[in-house]
Amino acid sequence: MLQARQIECTRGNRRLFQDLSFRLEAKQALRVGGENGSGKTSLLRMVAGLSPVEAGEILWNEARIAALGEDYRRDLLFLGHANGLKDDLTAVENLRHALALAGTEAGAAELRAALAEQGLGAVADLPVRLLSQGQKRRVALVRLGFAADKPLWILDEPFSALDAASIGRIEKVVVSHLQRGGMALFTTHQEVELAGAQVRSVELGVA
Amino acid sequence: MGGSPGAACRAVTERDLLIAARRRSDVLTTFFFFVIVVSLFPLGVGPQPDTLRQIAPGVVWVAALLAAMLSLARMFGADYADGTLEQLVLTPQPLTLLVLAKILAHWLTTGLPLVLIAPLLGLQFDLPGNALATLLWSLLIGTPALSLIGAVGAALTLGVRGGGALTALLVLPLYVPVLVFGAGAVTASATGMGAAGHLSLLAAMSLAALVFAPWAAAMALRISLE
Repeated sequence: MLQARQIECTRGNRRLFQDLSFRLEAKQALRVGGENGSGKTSLLRMVAGLSPVEAGEILWNEARIAALGEDYRRDLLFLGHANGLKDDLTAVENLRHALALAGTEAGAAELRAALAEQGLGAVADLPVRLLSQGQKRRVALVRLGFAADKPLWILDEPFSALDAASIGRIEKVVVSHLQRGGMALFTTHQEVELAGAQVRSVELGVA
Repeated sequence: MGGSPGAACRAVTERDLLIAARRRSDVLTTFFFFVIVVSLFPLGVGPQPDTLRQIAPGVVWVAALLAAMLSLARMFGADYADGTLEQLVLTPQPLTLLVLAKILAHWLTTGLPLVLIAPLLGLQFDLPGNALATLLWSLLIGTPALSLIGAVGAALTLGVRGGGALTALLVLPLYVPVLVFGAGAVTASATGMGAAGHLSLLAAMSLAALVFAPWAAAMALRISLE
């Protein structure tokens, strides 16, 4: 269970949000809404442990995330604004290295199958540099399919630059993750339907 | 589940080496920078063997320092821009070890080529055989310290505007002891004294850097990602 208690975030002199509290339990998703610059990405980075928590606390299974360290990161999948792909490597190479870092071994055949499933079979062996923005995003999202052992998914604008069919496929992956007992914290500007899942939302930037 | 630190480190080094193999121009730039800077001195100073023999150790070592500096921006810069750095920080492995794996890749692609070509360049300065061998050894022992100390500077200046010049200001003073004992070893060997003392001190510096630099660089990376 993920819990945020009265956290606050300031950037320069501007207070983006304060006294923000939420709980996220198994099989639940939390959508963070708000205008550009309202602190959505800052919140997600804070929950992922990339930024320090200025006030309040963030708890994972009743323990502070900073104290958990590697044990927390083992349960976490984070997909930020940047795709985390190397332009000079192919989609398969990128995924193989990204998964090896996360502690998941995956063979080339397995990765090609996963890429083909996302409609990327034809570009699996091209340098990522040659792919379109949406294709790059989809390559990065293939990681979701190998993250069944990570209960908490934090996704920053996962659907940006995606076409409708791809959005549908990713929605299905997220829903099956939730049904397995996972949790998802995400931001998006698109209308998404996580059919059959419990989705709550929190709005930022109303202060 | 979770994977081992060893497998993750291997993945980091392998990825950086693969990228270096795809972008050979980056590696070759550093290499030829070193070759050309060293070769300019015999042309500029003129063909007096005594003078050349005297300046050779310092010239080769200063060129190695500058070549190492030149390549520091690449160590974390691209990873920072494309988001792989934040993924690296979020892996369930000790970041210190992963940073060490990156430094190893950096040394293999920039340090090691300099070590291997240096004896050949030393010939232009009419260095005797034993001094050439010492030059090779001193660079082999000393260049890892350059990559290690450089990593801290590169991590500290990550995302800072004009980071390149700042890295130079931060790192070059820290390179001074390595330069003194690296060049000192070659001079000692050329003048017929033993170089063992200099080389031991150089090895001590590399070992000390091996212990502290990855840890310091990992801390700096976390701060620059905040």
